[in-house]
Amino acid sequence: MNMIVTPASPATPNGTTRPQVRIVIVGHVDHGKSTLVGRLLHETGSLPDGKLEMLKAVSARRGMPFEWSFLLDALQTERDQGITIDTTQIRFRTNSRDIVLIDAPGHAEFLRNMITGASQADGAVLIIDALEGVRDQTRRHGYLLHLLGVKQVAIVVNKMDRVDFAAERFKAISDEISAHLQSLGVTPTAVIPISARDGDGVAERTDRIGWYRGPTVVEALDRLEPARPLEALALRLPVQAIYKFDDRRIVAGRIESGSLVAGDEIVIMPAGKIARIKSVESWPVTPVAGRQGAGRSVGITLDRELFVERGDIIAHANAAPRETRRLRARIFWLHDKPLAKGDQLLVRCGPKESRATVVAIEKAVDPGELSSVENKAIGRNHVGEIDISLSNPIAVDPYTENPRTGRLVIEVSGRIAGGGLVLSVDAGQRAEPVDIVPVESALRLDERSARYRHNGAVVWLTGLPASGKSTLAKALERRLFTNGGSPILLDGDTVRAGLNSDLGFSATDRSENIRRLAEVATHLARNGHIAIVAAVSPAREDRAAARRIADTAFREIHVATSAEVCEERDPKGHYKKARAGALASFTGIGNDYEKPEAAELVIDTATRSVADATDAIEQMLKTTGVLFDEVVDLAANI
Amino acid sequence: MDHLDQLEAQSIYIFREAFARLKKIALLWSLGKDSNVMIWLARKAFFGRLPFPALHVDTGKKFPEMYRFRDHYGKEWDLDLRVEPCPPIDAVDPTLPPAARSAARKTEGLKMALAKFGFDGLIAGIRRDEEATRAKERVFSPRGLEGNWDVRDQPPEFWDHFNASPPQGAHLRIHPILHWTEADIWAYTKRENIPIIPLYLSQNGKRYRSLGDQDITNPVNSTASTIDEILIELEQTKVPERAGRALDHETEDAFERLRVAGYL
Repeated sequence: MNMIVTPASPATPNGTTRPQVRIVIVGHVDHGKSTLVGRLLHETGSLPDGKLEMLKAVSARRGMPFEWSFLLDALQTERDQGITIDTTQIRFRTNSRDIVLIDAPGHAEFLRNMITGASQADGAVLIIDALEGVRDQTRRHGYLLHLLGVKQVAIVVNKMDRVDFAAERFKAISDEISAHLQSLGVTPTAVIPISARDGDGVAERTDRIGWYRGPTVVEALDRLEPARPLEALALRLPVQAIYKFDDRRIVAGRIESGSLVAGDEIVIMPAGKIARIKSVESWPVTPVAGRQGAGRSVGITLDRELFVERGDIIAHANAAPRETRRLRARIFWLHDKPLAKGDQLLVRCGPKESRATVVAIEKAVDPGELSSVENKAIGRNHVGEIDISLSNPIAVDPYTENPRTGRLVIEVSGRIAGGGLVLSVDAGQRAEPVDIVPVESALRLDERSARYRHNGAVVWLTGLPASGKSTLAKALERRLFTNGGSPILLDGDTVRAGLNSDLGFSATDRSENIRRLAEVATHLARNGHIAIVAAVSPAREDRAAARRIADTAFREIHVATSAEVCEERDPKGHYKKARAGALASFTGIGNDYEKPEAAELVIDTATRSVADATDAIEQMLKTTGVLFDEVVDLAANI
Repeated sequence: MDHLDQLEAQSIYIFREAFARLKKIALLWSLGKDSNVMIWLARKAFFGRLPFPALHVDTGKKFPEMYRFRDHYGKEWDLDLRVEPCPPIDAVDPTLPPAARSAARKTEGLKMALAKFGFDGLIAGIRRDEEATRAKERVFSPRGLEGNWDVRDQPPEFWDHFNASPPQGAHLRIHPILHWTEADIWAYTKRENIPIIPLYLSQNGKRYRSLGDQDITNPVNSTASTIDEILIELEQTKVPERAGRALDHETEDAFERLRVAGYL
């Protein structure tokens, strides 16, 4: 141990001079993980005083040979014999590193635990039994290290004593595993012959491995580098939450890559809205000046009130992530039920979650097998590449461009069932921003509003079929027009006949239908018109997306006529057909209409006349700043 | 960013995930050094305030200094403090050894508090380096309907994706400082100037490294009377942190049995 402690500069074990490196030790069961850990603790002087002697004495008393792995047998459930130790301080030191061993291996090998540990690791030691050679779990763990992004992998070929320290045997295993890992894009940092039981190659190059010239395990660990925050990459700040504890509206999250500073112009993806960072908030001192880099958990305020929500990604405008509803990922699957084409999932990319459908599955194989047979579905502990279609757009990067925002997990029944890397993003629905040169209107907004006596808006009427949306929409259109305004009706069914004629009634198509309606309506609103949208729009998530697109121009009206009344009206005969089973995916007779929770206005047409309801809408548009007050006077002059 | 900055940022991330993804959470405030650091981190995460209750499951047998600390800082930090009592010793599994049985009162008190308030998440200040069974913990650790911990069936945590959907009626334990060490706690306490209970500092050659109930916690031999001296001591000691906690040492599996039943 090289630590020199002087009272003048008290060293913290993880102070500035000694980098801390987190590692996992992985490999096939019984290839000697626990033994290596026990030996490492001993060789680095990390065991509590008297512990080794005590364990040896206990072993002798019980008439069994001492095993280094006893040191780790802390959980009774993982223990063959009743030997316990006070603590499992799985931390030790090499010359220049503090090594933290994450989730020390026990006898029970769980891939779930291996994944959890390796997810947080800077480096890994992959252990292979010299006698048994590369086994299925060796390959599987190797694959997972690649998938989880662990780049520094040292291979140890253990139990060399059982193959008489034969250099040829070592070379054969070394070649096999190196080739395997390199095919996955992982280059081992070292391949080391050892006997964890006897100590050869762990901290010392003994005579028995005199033919070996590379580093010992301790030396290899000493060369590991802590993972560096990704400051050099483009800014990615996934939004965890928006806090309004006081008069500040703080957008909170952790900077996954890049850096930011107050004054930066940023874009909020996937909506693509532009704003400027007003301040970086903190506690106890706020605001904080200076650049904030990757790895920091921050809170920022913006210079304008935009609709930002958990899961959005804040980036710099010239280097934004891609917005997509379709992507390809390479995933590792842990669920008992194989993942198949058509499965409905919940996907999480950072704090963003989205429902998703598996559109295609390719290259589904068992990474433990050598000659891989391709399957149609991805079985438990297998891998595969999947195409998924997302029910709402997300902002994401391919993992080759950003390892932090290029990964995802899949949940089944609220439990993580798999995870992996984003291979590619299908950005077909949006051309690269560089190719778009939006043409500004020749007219200024105030010229239009001076003529129309109103601001642009999206009035969104949602409700069950036959609830009266179209009737109200037409009445409102007439009223606004009579008053000199510029209303434009976008009826869901009408737009489906043209612009949206390629869309059906699946959840995905419905979402896309709403997105297009919202985009068209927002374009109109930005040009000073009042777009009146009448669409069932049953999914709350889809309407939230529409609100995101239209932003502050959005006014939601819930036409809350009861289902019984709607079915009784049934002007188009849809309810009757649906009851007869002739109209699939019909919203109304099931429970698939999700009521708005915070609509600007709620109208029940069973209890209100059309004129009365139109008055109410007009009033709402006045109080929310769409219609100018003088509009009534203006109407009187016409 | 130095090491403490990294730990801090990770803990803040965990706090914000817990607050965003669960409906009703509370922070378990044991008054010790770890949970004080937790409160500090939570205030960093939420810009000065703790936006959920601080729950003290009180055995009634803490040191007087601890109660004074609670009453003072509960006010100064403007905490929504809930003090919940523990049931008498008779209500606890009689097959447990004496100190573990005494500690198990806290498990029962915790269960009662859970039932009373209906929390779906409890934030606890355990650390992986403290004790072997805690090394197996997840950051978001699901508990069964009885508050029990199934170490064999823990879902995976990919990167910083946590399992935040407890089954109906069950709850999650959230561990924002799981990745910290005892030395990290002290270095951070010093850097941030976080108040501590003086019992941690040496008096007459002894100090407490870990604070529990008076009758089952013992001081260790130490001359460390400042945080700097504690850090130096930790550099050199090979005595485990919980050596003064009687319940850890009664039988081989007492602590694990406690934890499976829902102890912290």
